[in-house]
Order: sequence, then structure tokens, then C-alpha cells
Amino acid sequence: MGTANRLTPWLFLAPAVVVLGIALLYPIGYMIYASFLSWSPSERIGDAEWIGWRNYTNLWTDEAFRESFLVTLKFAAAVVTIEMVLGVGLALLLDRKLRGMTVLRTIFILPMMIAPIVVGLMWRYMYHPTVGVFNRTLKSLGFDGAPWLSDGTWAFWSVVIADVWQWTPFIFILALAAMQSLPRSALEAAEIDGATEWQKIWYIKIPLMMPVLIVTLLLRLIDAFKVLEVILVLTNGGPGLSTEIVALRIFRTAQEFQELGEAAAMSNVLLLMLMALTILMVGYNWLQERRAMRLRVVAETGK
Amino acid sequence: MTDTRRANPAFYALLVALIVMSLGPILLMLATSFKMNVDVYDSGVSAFFFTPTIANYEEVLCDVLWYEPASVDYCDPTFGRALGNSLIIALISTALTLTIGCMAAYALVRFRFMGRGVVSTTTLLMRMVPPAVLLVPIFGIWTFQFGLDRTFSGIILVYTAMNLPFVIWILQSFIVQVPVQLEEAARMDGANPFQTFFLVVLPLIKPGLAAAAIFTFRIAWNEFLLANALLGRNTRTVPVTIVNSITEYDINWGVIMATGMLLAIPPILFTLVASKQIITGMTAGAVKG
Repeated sequence: MGTANRLTPWLFLAPAVVVLGIALLYPIGYMIYASFLSWSPSERIGDAEWIGWRNYTNLWTDEAFRESFLVTLKFAAAVVTIEMVLGVGLALLLDRKLRGMTVLRTIFILPMMIAPIVVGLMWRYMYHPTVGVFNRTLKSLGFDGAPWLSDGTWAFWSVVIADVWQWTPFIFILALAAMQSLPRSALEAAEIDGATEWQKIWYIKIPLMMPVLIVTLLLRLIDAFKVLEVILVLTNGGPGLSTEIVALRIFRTAQEFQELGEAAAMSNVLLLMLMALTILMVGYNWLQERRAMRLRVVAETGK
Repeated sequence: MTDTRRANPAFYALLVALIVMSLGPILLMLATSFKMNVDVYDSGVSAFFFTPTIANYEEVLCDVLWYEPASVDYCDPTFGRALGNSLIIALISTALTLTIGCMAAYALVRFRFMGRGVVSTTTLLMRMVPPAVLLVPIFGIWTFQFGLDRTFSGIILVYTAMNLPFVIWILQSFIVQVPVQLEEAARMDGANPFQTFFLVVLPLIKPGLAAAAIFTFRIAWNEFLLANALLGRNTRTVPVTIVNSITEYDINWGVIMATGMLLAIPPILFTLVASKQIITGMTAGAVKG
């Protein structure tokens, strides 16, 4: 043990610290600074005018930003709720020894491995008013086609469906993994006592899985705030602002309107929201670990 | 597990429905990529049964094919070049992220030192930074300060930093499981910490490295936003060219689906070959979370 120098861990860490410092921490600091400037991409940041909190106060009164903030919250709430219910439900249904389970899980992971850009493309094709499968099927059955992407409300739910298609498997796989690592003894005891399938689910499986489910939910929630490419390809935020989430608003403010300072202020708001969610998740985990440790101590001293 | 519902046909119907729903859109894209554009717009032609053609792929890949496809009158080299760019960027940034990430993960798991808590928490928090948030600062810094816009090294640096927190996190949970006794034995035999790490620990965490590699490659390969902001005409990646070729009207669906298919093939192959590692990686990320 004596050879371990005090510098050794830092030698292992140095490359990571340097890269993260240059390409993550420094940019975040730079962004906070930029959010107080009126800055367009054609000028150096040094030449931009310092305007104090004006970017933030503008956001506060900006109808479009408020709308995109609401759309983001609605979108995140919708996809996370639907995906949790479907994912956990499917895991409960399919929690059994099945010969083809590996194949099944492989098929389920495919949607989330594919590029969001491509997912957007596939769904845009399917939602297409004339050549898309949905409207073709509806028309061949004698119905009128639906305005999948051309009506605000329809477009919102069309985008939600695409996300549900891509990410429900994520919840399903994590829930299934959690379920299959549950202590068999608890379930067997319940069976001996004559518990029904529903009772086993409600009183044993779900409560025991709760810690993993909550972390899964938070992970998914954080990711839902990051979604951008699928919506960019599907609707580009439209029609109107009906599907314009904050990430897309940032992209358009920087790219189309060339307002880098304002985009930076928006980025800051988004970052703060995600930071709060992450701290919630880490804090929850920490509490769980402490509880588990206490239980272990009690079990050991009780012996 | 006792199972009374095994013979239930509704159960199998559900399974089939799920598989169809999961694969349907992907298969539809695959089918359309072999379809002529006139057939796409002809409502009399079925979605899956038609005369297939490889003309769409020939048009996309015309620049890198060894023959001159008869179906293409004007060859646009954009996509062939983008495919090469995407490969270079994704492979190099994956290799870099893994090398740097596994060393950092090892230091965080096996050493107790001043500042460990700070490094570990910062890494954890940086996991959630979305690309959209980095858009403005990375564009500004890379263009005006580092002069790294339009270069491979610029975007590789970004992807490496973006993926590091996740890789460090995942690999930590694998390194913890390596028995410390092995490392102590190596040290007794006179190995220095670096030899111990590279020759003893690394070979034991191969499954973790595989999972981390797939996740990193996938993000670098699929990323659009920052590539779009940073890369120039000659260094563009596939996702950027795809978005550029989507217009409001008159999309050539056959060609664009062929492009999408080519972008989707590497992740699909990885999934088919290494689904076990992917699932391990995913669950390690959340359950250990």
C-alpha cells in the first residue's frame, strides 16, 4: 500500500478534469455571462453590449417563451405519465419466465437506439396527410384523414405518441429488472397466505419497486426536458407554437433570430430546472442508501 | 414462478401486438427506402408489397460506390462525405471518452483523497446538461476563442465532454465489483498503480466498457444540434445533412428513408449484437443511480 502516492488519483483524474473543465464547466460559466448581453453571432462576445437583467425580464414578459415553457411542462408531464403507466404495466404483465424474453427485449430496445432525427423522419412519414399510413388506412376504411401535424392539439399528441413509442421500452426494461430482483421470499409468503395476483402487485411488488421506479421517473423526466430533434423534424414547433418546447425555442432564438444573449438566458432557466430535478434525484438516492444502511445495522446487531 | 396464465392466448396476442408496434415504424422505413418515389405517392401501391428498387441507396451513396449507377444523372457527394465524417467523429470521440472516463472512474472508486467528493458530485450534476444549453456558449467559445469551429477536433472535444459524466458513472458501478485482493496482489508483485489498472482491472470490466462504448458511440453518431452549429460544409455529419434535406413540400421519401436507414444501421447492429450489455448498462445507470 505504501507505493500509492498522494498524487496518483489526480494523475488518473487529470484528463477528465481538463476535458470537463474546458468543454462543460467553462461553457456554462460563459453562458451565464452571455445571458446578460445583447449579442449576435456576427460579433465577438467582447463587443456585445452589457444589458444587465433585461434578457431575463424580457423572458418574463415574452408571450412566446411563456407558451413554450408551458408546452414543455405539458409535454414532459404527458410523456412521463403515459410511459410510466404503460412501461410498468407491461413489466407486470410480462414478468414471467419466457423463452423468447431476450429476443423480445432486444426488439424493444431498438426504438431508443435509433437517432432522434430518424425517429422524427419515420413518424413524419407516417403522419403525412396523403402518403402516411395512418391517413391511408383511415381513408381506405371510408373515414376522412386526421390533421395529425397540421392542427395544434393533434400535433401535440402526435409528438407525444412518437416519444411514447421511443421511450416506453426504457421504463419497461428498468421496471422488469427491478421486478426480477425482488426478494422471492416475500412473494412466496404472500402466495402461502393466499394473496391474489392483484394483491401481490399492489401490496408487495409496487411498494418494493418504489425506489427504482422513482429514480426511473426522474431520469425520464430529465430526458423529457431535453427532447428536441424529434420535434424539430416532426413539426419544427408548429403549427403556431403548439409544439415548441423550450429546447427548440433556444435553438430557434439562436439560429433564426440570432439573439444569443436571449438564448443564453433561456438556457439558464432550463438548466436551473434540470438542476433542481437532478438534485432531487440524487438526494432521494442518498436517503434510500442511508435507510438501507440503517436497516442493515439493525439486522446485524439484532442477530 | 408458478404460472396459471401461461396458456392464455390473450397473453400471446399482446406480445405480438407489442412486437408489431415496436418494429412497425422501423420496417416501414426499411420498406420505403426500397420504394420508388412514384410508388410512394401512388395510393394504389401497398406499403410493404411493391417492386423494390435500390435506386434510392444508389443516389445517396453515388459518391462512394465503385460503379456509376445508371439511375443517377447528377451525383451529389454530400452524403457520402457526411457518412465518412460521422464515422471518424463518432469512433474517435468514443475511444477518447472511454480512455479518459475509465481512468477517472477508477480514481473515484479506489482512492480516498481531498476533493473526491467535489469531483464526484460535479460529474454527477453535469450528467443532466442538455446539448441545447451548450449551444450558445460552445458556438461562441469554439468560434471566437479556440478557432475550433468547422473542425473534427472541435466537435470531438464537445462529444467527449458531453459523454464523460455518464461513462464515469456507469464504469464506477463495474469497478466497485472488481475484488480489491486482485489489485493488492498485483501491487505486491511490484506493479505500479497504472500497470495495476490497465493490466488487472480493465480486462475485468470489459462488459462495462462495451456498454459504455455503445452508449457513447450512439450519442456521438446521432447528435444533431451541436454538429449543426459547429461544423462546416465539408465536415458535416449525417444527421445535419438529413435535416438540411427536409423541405416543407415534395420530400423525396424514398431517398430520405434510405439516408435514415443508413444512419440507423450501426445502432441497430449494436443492439442485435450486444443487447445484453446495453440492458446491463441501462439498469446499472438507474438502479445504482
